[in-house]
Amino acid sequence: MTTATVDRKILPPPIERYTVLGWVYKNLFSTWYDALLTLGSATVLYLVFAPMIGWAFTTAKWEVINANLRLLMIGQYPPSELWRIWACLYIAAIILGVSWGMWVRGSGGVGIALIVAPFFFMLFPSLELNDRLNLGGIVIAALAGFFIGRARGKSLSRLTTLSWIVYFPLVIFLVRGLNEEKQFFGVIGSNFWGGLLLTFLLTVVGIVFSFPFGVLLALGRRSSLTFVKMFCIIFIEVIRGVPFITILFMSQLVLPLFLPAGLTLDRVIRAMAGVIIFSAAYLAENVRGGLQAIPKGQFEAAEALGLNGFQTTIYIILPQALRAVIPILVGQFISLFKDTSLVAIVGLYDLLGISRSLLAQPDFIGRQPEVYMFISAIYWMFSYVMSYISQRLEVRMGVGER
Amino acid sequence: MTQASPTRSTSTNRLLAFLRDERFLQALSQIIFILIIGGVAYWLTQNLLAALARQGIRLGYGFLTETAGFDIGEMMIEYSRESLFARALQVGLLNTLLVCFWGIISSTIIGLVVGVARLSTNFIINRIAWVFIELMRNIPLLVLLVFLHGGIFLQLPRVREAIAIPGSIYLSNRGLTIPWFTLTPAFSIQVPELQGFNFSGGLTLSPEFSALLIGLSIYTGGFIAEIVRAGIQAISKGQTEAARALGFSWWQTLRLIILPQAMRVIIPPLTSQYLNLTKNSSLAVAIGYPDLLSISNTISNQTGRSIEMITIIMAIYLSLSLITSAILNWYNNKVRLVER
Repeated sequence: MTTATVDRKILPPPIERYTVLGWVYKNLFSTWYDALLTLGSATVLYLVFAPMIGWAFTTAKWEVINANLRLLMIGQYPPSELWRIWACLYIAAIILGVSWGMWVRGSGGVGIALIVAPFFFMLFPSLELNDRLNLGGIVIAALAGFFIGRARGKSLSRLTTLSWIVYFPLVIFLVRGLNEEKQFFGVIGSNFWGGLLLTFLLTVVGIVFSFPFGVLLALGRRSSLTFVKMFCIIFIEVIRGVPFITILFMSQLVLPLFLPAGLTLDRVIRAMAGVIIFSAAYLAENVRGGLQAIPKGQFEAAEALGLNGFQTTIYIILPQALRAVIPILVGQFISLFKDTSLVAIVGLYDLLGISRSLLAQPDFIGRQPEVYMFISAIYWMFSYVMSYISQRLEVRMGVGER
Repeated sequence: MTQASPTRSTSTNRLLAFLRDERFLQALSQIIFILIIGGVAYWLTQNLLAALARQGIRLGYGFLTETAGFDIGEMMIEYSRESLFARALQVGLLNTLLVCFWGIISSTIIGLVVGVARLSTNFIINRIAWVFIELMRNIPLLVLLVFLHGGIFLQLPRVREAIAIPGSIYLSNRGLTIPWFTLTPAFSIQVPELQGFNFSGGLTLSPEFSALLIGLSIYTGGFIAEIVRAGIQAISKGQTEAARALGFSWWQTLRLIILPQAMRVIIPPLTSQYLNLTKNSSLAVAIGYPDLLSISNTISNQTGRSIEMITIIMAIYLSLSLITSAILNWYNNKVRLVER
């Protein structure tokens, strides 16, 4: 088979080479209206960005960020237990490094930006020495992971996928703690979670806990049992048809009334309940897409082998369907990461909520542009990097194509 | 051996066969499912009734015909603090519909322009479109809205020092002032002018409305741009080349050949973007624009009727979603490729 392909080697298209002027001519001034567009848009860019850059370097007072950096990142999380957060970050850095080395590889720009980002954070004067050392340590861990992943190649593939799956429950466990008595590794209640940490925890809890519900709802929607099917359709369509914020209001105001007397949940847990319900409905639709992609022959083959409906679902259908929806799950993680900012409206102190409460303090009145610009940058950075990595992984691993 | 179990009569066999019958098992599992759901629902209702009895609340929608007693900043229909709660909800619904209507129009225009620009061969235009799309897709809408409202509109100078943008558009702490048409006595376009401490002529949009409309439009526009780009790229290159060979100009090719075909790919995802915009307009509650949700929040704070208000709001948004998707499905059926 291979002999035929040797002499009929497909040649790549010739590489076009331009001089600088040639490139400028082709991409900016090829026709008269092209030239007009180029000049016009350059003028608009200048008019918009020149004042903005001027503002950022002269008028803006960035001290508000520096003074509140810890609050924005972790809220009221006790400083003595900070090592747990660092542990989560170290583990993430190693797994990310290995995955990057193994699957993403060549793409330099974003990788270098990721390595540089911790150094950028080191510039904040309010950070203490051990924070800076830890940031440096994270970069080293990520680089070590990168080289291991590159050297060992695909042999670590299964282990890495598994560690991503284990990682998220582990984060919840590490941040929350175990010991009810407040000694070593004591429980840190959800009222201490805040800032970017809370944003991430809401997302992680939302995805991890909504996953089983989502899969059940998706299976129920395709079930032949009329009542089960109806219930699932109504649940999914109602949740998807109303705004997320109404579900959050519901979980904050109405949910406590439905609980038995004496049982109270704090507001973070109630918000998490809302996030889980919301996410389950959307996840169900994604999993349903995966289920529909499975050819009918699979069902018929399973039946021919004598498997019953339950066995067919567990052994044949779900493994294939879930494999096909992995990229969509990453996409949903990203959009949930952004959507959790809505909990600020119901009074939680996530990244946005804590910024708003900060701006209400007399010291920082009128600092809205600086603070909002900073948190926009944070949201943008995480969500862009996550979607970039997921796109690369999709191409590399051929997930969803088989 | 076959004689060993004569007692296992045909009736037992029949019973076993009945128990193993697929239809029986299905019916049984349905009944179990209904019992579980019913049980949970019963338990929740009992809890609810107990909680309501403890707090001395009675459910009911009669309060909607009581006097509202609060003011609303912006309204399209007559309303005062003597009006009824139901009237206040109506004001909120109209405000929501207003922002959705203009939001859908402007986000479509932005999406179309940016999506086409994303495919431009001009380097600068292409990059600007890329940056715009990546910004919109990766920043939460709520952050964008509070940024526009608290970070930009509330920081603007007073009317007398309003920032003028070419085209008689003014930005001040009163909001966005634009030229607007008038129908009385005859159709004419009014240009706003600065007179004393305020503008005369034109239309002044409040900071809340402007921030919400701009935020929703550019955010949704960024998503629509990607849909438009994907739709155009789905049309094979041969179509463009054939059109060019027939002597169509770039603009004619886009308008007469590419877009009509791309529309079929674009419509279904576009539908869900419009639905998202409608639902996202409820984020107005965070910046103080009196939309449906923020008015209903005011009502439930005043009356303590949170259960009733939440159900009303959910029902309204659900029907808005269903109506929007029905309209777009109808349109989708119209532009669909008619197969013989």
